[in-house]
Amino acid sequence: MMAIADTSKPRLAAKARLKWDAVREKHLLLFPEGVLVLNKTAHDVLALCAGQREVAEIVKALATQYGVDANAIDADVKEILQKLAQKTFVTLDD
Amino acid sequence: METPRPFSLLCELTYRCPLQCPYCSNPLDFARHKTELDTEEWQRVLTEAAALGVVQAHFSGGEPLLRSDASQIIRHARGLGLYTNLSTGGTLLTEKLAGQLRDAGLDSLQVSIQDADAENSDRMVGGAPSFEKKIRAARLVKITGFSLTLNVVLQRQNIGRIEAIIALAEDLDAERLELANTQFNGWALKNRAALLPTRAQVERAADVARSASERLKGRMEILYVLPDYFEQFPKACLHGWGRVFLTVAADGAVLPCQTAREIRGLKFDNVRERSLEKIWFESETFCKFRGTDWLPGPCQSCPRKEVDFGGCRCQAFLLAGDASVTDPVCSLSPKHGLIVEALAESEAGANKNLIYRTASSSLQTVTRQ
Repeated sequence: MMAIADTSKPRLAAKARLKWDAVREKHLLLFPEGVLVLNKTAHDVLALCAGQREVAEIVKALATQYGVDANAIDADVKEILQKLAQKTFVTLDD
Repeated sequence: METPRPFSLLCELTYRCPLQCPYCSNPLDFARHKTELDTEEWQRVLTEAAALGVVQAHFSGGEPLLRSDASQIIRHARGLGLYTNLSTGGTLLTEKLAGQLRDAGLDSLQVSIQDADAENSDRMVGGAPSFEKKIRAARLVKITGFSLTLNVVLQRQNIGRIEAIIALAEDLDAERLELANTQFNGWALKNRAALLPTRAQVERAADVARSASERLKGRMEILYVLPDYFEQFPKACLHGWGRVFLTVAADGAVLPCQTAREIRGLKFDNVRERSLEKIWFESETFCKFRGTDWLPGPCQSCPRKEVDFGGCRCQAFLLAGDASVTDPVCSLSPKHGLIVEALAESEAGANKNLIYRTASSSLQTVTRQ
């Protein structure tokens, strides 16, 4: 398992697209051969993966959004990013 | 249980094709279905599909680029917020057409290749010189700004060249390489004696694919789809009948999967006569094998019944003669001997004669049935 650096800049892969599914009322991630139904946290993380923010900034933004301490969600956010990177939905730019 | 809504729609824009691959997924009797939905009808189908819950539209054929309105149809799908994917044989792709597809908002473009060199590739499509055109198309896909997916159907006659196929994909700088072993329904079943690989071939190819996938991590994604004949349990065909996927064929017939037309006795409603919503939720054919209540003996008590839903209905019909029995690929099927026999024949040697997917062989096939 690779570690997620605070300074890497996650970017949603070019092949993938986020979509709000109005029929099912769920956030989805669409890619060439499939669909992932996202939970709220995974969606919120992905929505910030535009290749501009560093991981630490994403954690901070989400902490503000949820009204919690950044330390409390740091590990969870990194775990989500790691899973998404493994599935090639997110690339981690230096 | 509430009936699920489909995520994915396959639009087979036409059954016409300049190539004649002997494992084509179109029905054997494709030449009988000559009418095609027009532009407006396809647009209406897509609008109905989006309302039904479809979020992904795949466009294939035959050769979808034989339809001069392909871009127009894709633009409509994209306007509905659908993720759009087009699979082409590549021979008709031009710079202008690639640009039109990009401008229409197409998300993903896939090119099929048959082999790593012109001689073997051209033989597999029925002799038409097409390999160079396919390579040009693959390069064009990249130049136009799409990510490139190459689709390869693996079978006895190309599986030994898997290294060369992977090297070609690397050379073309593909982002994705899909190595799918032949699914033996329809045309492929007709040609099974020539196309079914040996176990040693399949295992060797799996090893090669695995190490290439490791080596190319981050550059190229390699999908190796195992052939069900060599596994203990069947595949959950399209994640279950009438569960996440539907196909609209060139003439407007709505199918649970693109090969379902091989199952004689099933009636397929047409989008010209009923709405997609009604067909999905209410048609006899979609309801027939949905869920697990209909499952036969060996499946009903099986812990895998929610995993594979009894396997492929087309395979059950084509091999065992009854679409409502366990897929014979399953080692627990009373008809599994049919698979064992086919594998033994494959070990003993291949028949080299291919029946190509042509209109005349399609019509002959129909007469013989």
